[in-house]
Order: sequence, then C-alpha cells, then structure tokens
Amino acid sequence: MEIPYTVAERPDTGLNNVKLGIWLFLASEVMLFGGLFSTYILLRVGAVEWPLGAEFLNIPIGTVNTVILIASSVTMVMAYASLKLGDFAKYKTYMLATVLLPVLFLCIKGYEYYEKVSHDHLPSHSTFLAIYWTMTALHGLHIIGGIVVNGYFWGPGSKMWHAKPAMFENRVEAAGLYWHFVDLVWIFLFPVLYLL
Amino acid sequence: MENVATAEEIAHAEHGHEEHELSFLQAYVFSQDHKVIGIQYAITALLFLLFGFTLMMIMRWQLAFPFRPVPVIGGLLGANNAQLMAPEFYNSLGAMHGTIMVFLGVVPLAVGGFGNYVLPLQIGAPDMAFPRLNMASYWSFFLGGIVMIASFFVPGGAANSGWTSYAPLSVIATEGQTWWLVGMIFLITSSLLGSVNFIVTTLQLRAPGMSFMRLPFFVWAQLVTSFLLLLAFPPLEAAGVLQIMDRVADTSFFMPSGLVTGDGPLEISGGGSPLLWQHLFWFLAHPEVYVLILPALGIVGEIVTNNTRKPLWGYRVLVASLIFLGFMSFIVWAHHMFLTGMGTTISTFFQTTTMIISIPSVVILSALFLSLYGGSIRYTVPMLFALAFLPMFGIGGLTGLPLGLTAPDIHLHDTYYVIGHFHYVVAPGTIFALFGGIYYWYPKATGRLMNDMLGRIHFWGSIIAINCVFMPMFITGLAGMNRRLYDGGLEYAHVQEVLEWNQFMSYGAWALGFFQIFFIFNFFWSIRHGKKVGDNPWDATTLEWQTPSPPPHGNFSTPPEAYRGPYEYSVPGASSDFSMQGQAPGANPEPAKV
Amino acid sequence: MSGSAEEVREHIATYKKIAGALAVGTVVTVLVSYLDVSVAIGITIALIIATTKASLVVNYFMHLGEERSQWLMVTLGLTAIFWLVLMLVPLWTIADHIGVANTLPNANVHEIAEGEEH
Repeated sequence: MEIPYTVAERPDTGLNNVKLGIWLFLASEVMLFGGLFSTYILLRVGAVEWPLGAEFLNIPIGTVNTVILIASSVTMVMAYASLKLGDFAKYKTYMLATVLLPVLFLCIKGYEYYEKVSHDHLPSHSTFLAIYWTMTALHGLHIIGGIVVNGYFWGPGSKMWHAKPAMFENRVEAAGLYWHFVDLVWIFLFPVLYLL
Repeated sequence: MENVATAEEIAHAEHGHEEHELSFLQAYVFSQDHKVIGIQYAITALLFLLFGFTLMMIMRWQLAFPFRPVPVIGGLLGANNAQLMAPEFYNSLGAMHGTIMVFLGVVPLAVGGFGNYVLPLQIGAPDMAFPRLNMASYWSFFLGGIVMIASFFVPGGAANSGWTSYAPLSVIATEGQTWWLVGMIFLITSSLLGSVNFIVTTLQLRAPGMSFMRLPFFVWAQLVTSFLLLLAFPPLEAAGVLQIMDRVADTSFFMPSGLVTGDGPLEISGGGSPLLWQHLFWFLAHPEVYVLILPALGIVGEIVTNNTRKPLWGYRVLVASLIFLGFMSFIVWAHHMFLTGMGTTISTFFQTTTMIISIPSVVILSALFLSLYGGSIRYTVPMLFALAFLPMFGIGGLTGLPLGLTAPDIHLHDTYYVIGHFHYVVAPGTIFALFGGIYYWYPKATGRLMNDMLGRIHFWGSIIAINCVFMPMFITGLAGMNRRLYDGGLEYAHVQEVLEWNQFMSYGAWALGFFQIFFIFNFFWSIRHGKKVGDNPWDATTLEWQTPSPPPHGNFSTPPEAYRGPYEYSVPGASSDFSMQGQAPGANPEPAKV
Repeated sequence: MSGSAEEVREHIATYKKIAGALAVGTVVTVLVSYLDVSVAIGITIALIIATTKASLVVNYFMHLGEERSQWLMVTLGLTAIFWLVLMLVPLWTIADHIGVANTLPNANVHEIAEGEEH
C-alpha cells in the first residue's frame, strides 16, 4: 500500500499531507518565537530603563532589510503562481530572486552585527541587546534554512518538475508557506526591536 | 492459503517496495518503517528507564544510610577516598533521574514506542505520513540521549540543578548543565517532528469508514498528546536557547541585578528575571505531565475493554474529556509557582483552572471504572496492570488537589508530598499502564506471548514494592520533609520523627528493582521461547489484530476498511462475543488467517 | 490555490496590490515611530500596523483565506489563543509592580566594595 494523499487532497479534511504538515510545523514555530516575544515583554516591563531601538539600531538599514524580505515574499508567491501557469522559466527567475534577496538581507544583517561587535555592543551588554541578538540570530538561522530549501527547489530539486509536476508544485507551495512565515516574524520583529 | 500468498506477492510487486532488497542497515537501523522505529524507541526508552531507575536506587542508599560509604560503586561517587556520596553528586542523580525518566524514558516509550507501533495499525494505514521524518525523530532522540549520558563524564559531572533547571542556580552551575540544555534541544526537536507526523497521520491516513468517532480511544489519546507536544514544547526550546546564552554568552535573561556568589559579584549586566525561566519552563512542563498520562489512559482503555468483553463506557464523554483536558492543560502552569510571590488574584486564577482540570481527569477515570461494571473480566497480565492503574492513578490524582489549592500548597510545596503525588501518577500510574501495554501488544510485534507466570510475579512484586516506596512520602511530606535534600532531612528537627521511613522506602525501592528482573528476563526470553500465537490471541476488535503477527512491511495486504465502532464486544445477537472493526458484515467473525 | 489559469492571473493581480500595501505599511510604520507619543501608544500603533501587514501575508500569500479545512482553522485558532496566553499571563504575575524594578539587596555591592577598599 502506498501512502495516500501525499499530493492529492483528502476529501473530508480538504488537505494533502505536506500542506497540513507544514502548517502544523508553523504553528509550533509561532509558539517558539512566542516564547522569545514573551521574554521581550517580561524583560522590558521589569526593566529599570529600556533603550529606544534607535539608540543601538540603525532604522534606515532595518527598513531596507524589511523591504528586501517582503520583496522576497512577493517573488516567492510569484514563483508559485508561475508554476501553476506552467511557466517553468518564470518560476526559475522568481525563485532565484527569492534565494538571492535573503542572502542580501543576511549580508546587511552581518554588517549590522559587525558594527555592534566593534562597539562592544555584545549580548552581555544589556538585556535589550541580549534579546536583540538572540531574536535576530534565531530568525537569521530560519532565513538560512529557507535559503537552503528554496535553493534546492530552484536548483537540483527542480528536476522533479519534469517527472512529477503536481508533486513539485505541492513542495514549492509548502516551501512558500514556510518562507512567508519567516517574513511574518520579521514584520513583527522589526518594529518591536527597532522602532519602539 | 495459496490464494492469499499469491495476492500478497501481487500486492508486493505492484507497489514496488524493494523491502527484500534493503540492506541490514536500511531495514533495521535506519529504517523508515513505523514498526521498526517503534521498537527502536521502545527498547532505547526501556534501557533509559532502567538507567534512570538505577540512579534512583543509588540515591536511596544515601537517603537510607546518610554518610555511609556506598557499596561497590562508592569509588565513583565522591570527591574523597571514603567512598561517600558528594552532595553535588546526589543532586546530579536527582536532576538526571527526573530528566531521564521523563524525557528519555516514559515519553519516548509511550509516544515514540507505542504511538509509532500501534497508531498506524489501528487506523488502517500502511505507515506514518512521513516515514523519513519519523526516522529523523528517532535519531534525534537517540542523539539527545547520548548527550545526556555523556554529561556525566564532563568536569563537574552532570546537571545538578533539578530537572527543572531553575535560574540563577542553573546558570552558574558546572559544564554539565550546558550539555543538559543541548540534549534537551535534540529531544524537543525529536518530539516536534514526531508530533507533526502523528497528527498528519491520524487526520489523513485513516482507512475508509474510520471516522473520528470510530477511532480507538488509544488513537484519540495520542492525537491530543501530539497537539500538546506541538504547541507546548517550543517555548521551552526558546528558554533553553536563552539559558545557553546566559551560561555561554554572559547574557542576563534570567539573572537579576545584584547577584553575588562565593567569588564575589557576578560580572553581568543583570536586569533579567528568574521567574521568566519558571514561566517558560512550566508552560511546557505542565502540559508535559498530561503527555505522560494520556497515552497511558489510552492503553488502559484498550486493555480494559478487551478484558471485560464489553465496550468502553461513555466513548463520547471520554473523547470530549480528553480534548477539554488538553485545552485546560495550557492554562494551569503557574500552580507550580504559587510560592514565587505572585499576587493573590493570579494565584486564584491558576487555582481555579487547576480545580477545573481535575474534572475531566475524574470523568475519564470514572468512565474506566464504570467500564468494569457488568463485564466478564479476564485477569490476564495486561489486565492486572490496567486494573492496578485505576486506583493508583486515583491516589495520584487526589493527592494533587491539595497541591493545586494555594493555601495547603504553602505547607506542601517542595516537600516529599509532591514527590509522592507525581510518582503515584507516573510510576504505578503511567509506567504500569506501559507495562500492561507491552504484555498486551508483545504478541502482535513478535508473534509470541510473554511468559504468564513471570508476568504475574513481576506484577505482584511491583505493585507491593511500589506502594512501599511512595505511600510513606505523603507522611514525610506532611511532616515537612523537604525534597532534594542529600542527607534525607537529617538535620531538621521537624522531620526527626519520620526519618525512619527513609530506610523503609529504600528497601521498597530495591525490592522494586529486584522484581523488574523478572520483566527484563521475560522480555528477552519470550522472543525465542514464548508461546507462539496467531493474529489475534486476545480476541480483540481493533484493526491491528487483523494483521499477521508481526505485520509485514505495509501492514495490510489488502487495504482495510472500518465497518463498525472499535469496541463491538458482546453485541446482543451476534454469533461471537466480539466483532472485528475491519470485518465486513456477514463475514465469519473469527479472523481467517492464523 | 485553485487551478484554472484565469484564477491564477487574478491572484497575481492581487499579489501586486498586496505588495503595494505592504510597502506602504512599512513606510507608515517607520514614519509613525518618529511621532512624539508615549511608549504605550507607540506600541499599540506599531502592533496594529504589523498585525494588518501580517494578516495580508497570511490571507493572500499563504492563501489561508481560501482554506476550508476545519482542522487547520482549529489548530491555528488554538495556537493563537495559547500564544496570547503566553504573551499576557506572565505579565499578570508581576502586574502589581510593573515599572518598578526589583533588584536583589546586593545590587549596589560594587559601590560598597569600592568604598571598603579605602
């Protein structure tokens, strides 16, 4: 017996296995970042003084990074739409953008980190910097994961399109869901850390 | 029989599984078959249970005979030549006993072992939804276990800040604590991958006719458990990362300002909150205790209905209670924090939710008791364990009530009363249910029964010894004996009268250890010498008993279908006292294959 | 996402609009942060904008608006509830002394130590 509903939808649940699986995983990720946001709230509320984000962080750079990440979300969904229209070439283009944009994000982030280290603004400096470093680093690890997965589906994994297109679409959809989630976290992280 | 063999061959060829071409490594080590993975989880977990139990037996020497040299292994335990146990080592034993039993023993056995093996069979699926992910879950668990065991051998020894790892003590503890945190991250990852797999499998891979209200109670219990694991574990993973940062990067997430140790003021930024750790830890750890009990309730349900020859009482009520229990478990956690200086309003909130959560527990226990009424009880070895579970879990549950009420908890918090309470639920509670489950499903997994006489000796010895260990804890706890005291309370005036119980409990613990030998021997001996049986030695109704013992790769030679509910025992007018869930109406109720 | 080419092209038109909305939202968030308002109001506005942007991503990019699965909705609903509990309830435990930092008695031990050196 083959495992059913790996691509096709099961009628009574309306889902295929991969889509349900990735949403469940995202639910757990919401709770993971929730633990960190809860940490932020408790530490800030209990603090004698809490710096404004602008004291330590560069808002224009953060804004640029936000735009980059949102753009990568747009290119991701366009990549998926191209697949649904059967346009493999367009898919490759959009997916490449979805891989390269976050690489740029990480470079900029890396520059931010480097600046911090050279001013001795390490995590041990204060609870604000501790939570800033930890949350952005964990988010950064998730970005790296996304780059790897999306890179795989742009590169070696894209061979599946020729053999099993429905399955490939399904996998790209799942990767897209993950990628949008990574963007979502940053949509909250940016104002909380940089602007408040 | 020839038709069946031919049909199997055809099915094999059609779905193209090359199981006969898998290497030994692929078939038995890096297997993706849920049954192999289930057995891997079970055996690994049982070994960890034995190891964690041994740690406790060593602790109980110190408690019974404080400052007497520990026989045989004393040389390993202390910093001096007198073979005395060092206090830090006692604390390591305590912290690791708890960690290993909960995270490396009970949950991997109950969920990873039983869940993996039985769930796909009971819903009529060929495997889990994501077999490779399943394999990854097991190996992540295994690696986490290695890291935990390795932590004993680093300078300073294993973690010794309690299984609860409260800051700031855990942050300034020796290297072993970092290993503990890393190990926990592996274990949490394993659990998360597993819970995704279980939920998708249960929702998506049910056989035709297997509606939600026809699922065996065991499957419902595993489903709710998986949701608990999915949503409650991540904050602890976050907290673990934060504590690693505190220890390694000198951050102050959990470190308040103004801490001074023996070496002087700590050179940290301060501003952190030890209570933050407690919130994040207990946000998981409370649902975790329901993770410990729910699969056990599921197993007991299966065994009880099978051995009373009647359906479980109140199936819908049971399912509703499971779901309500799961939901409530997320909003009771701070009853572990009543003594931290929270205000009365919030304490009352958590007291109220804690009292409310006892309702579904009582309902489930009552339904299981009621299921016995009017049944034709067969006192098989699994049934002995299932029957014992009921009052033992009752004692555990009832003794939780004074702990959940803020006023008595002032007296009882951090005393042996707490240890007695939670051990009753987990030890003669869950672990007895797990033993029962092993005796029950062993013939399915191996095609042989475990030896009956050895099973009965194991049972009777264990039930008596285990009560000798834990019942006196309520006495010593009420007298005010604190937990985690390496000298067993020797120096406190208010416990002098109850100190004598320490020796009694230790003898009980060593006796309990002795009786497990019967189980361990039986488990391995019966693989070769147990009485051979067919598909359905217990005359049970659920789908797993329709497969060969053991089931082949792919489980069902023809796709199964559920034609009725899971517990059609003693149906009036039926020709047999049980109707199998997967047997088409009008067919011979006796299973065709032997 | 449903299948026909027509529907996909409609979706693409929507994506472009949402992309625009997200860009605007980002700019507004940054601009608002320069307003001279209290921290509480600042947090509220920032979270409202962030939640709006997030809803757009979830609804249109992740197609949650089109999902009909009850199990998915229940799971995500429960996640939202428990997430809120995790955000708010620990605060309640320190509600009686929000804004007052609790340090241990030795918080000024550095000054004491320096004083004693003489």
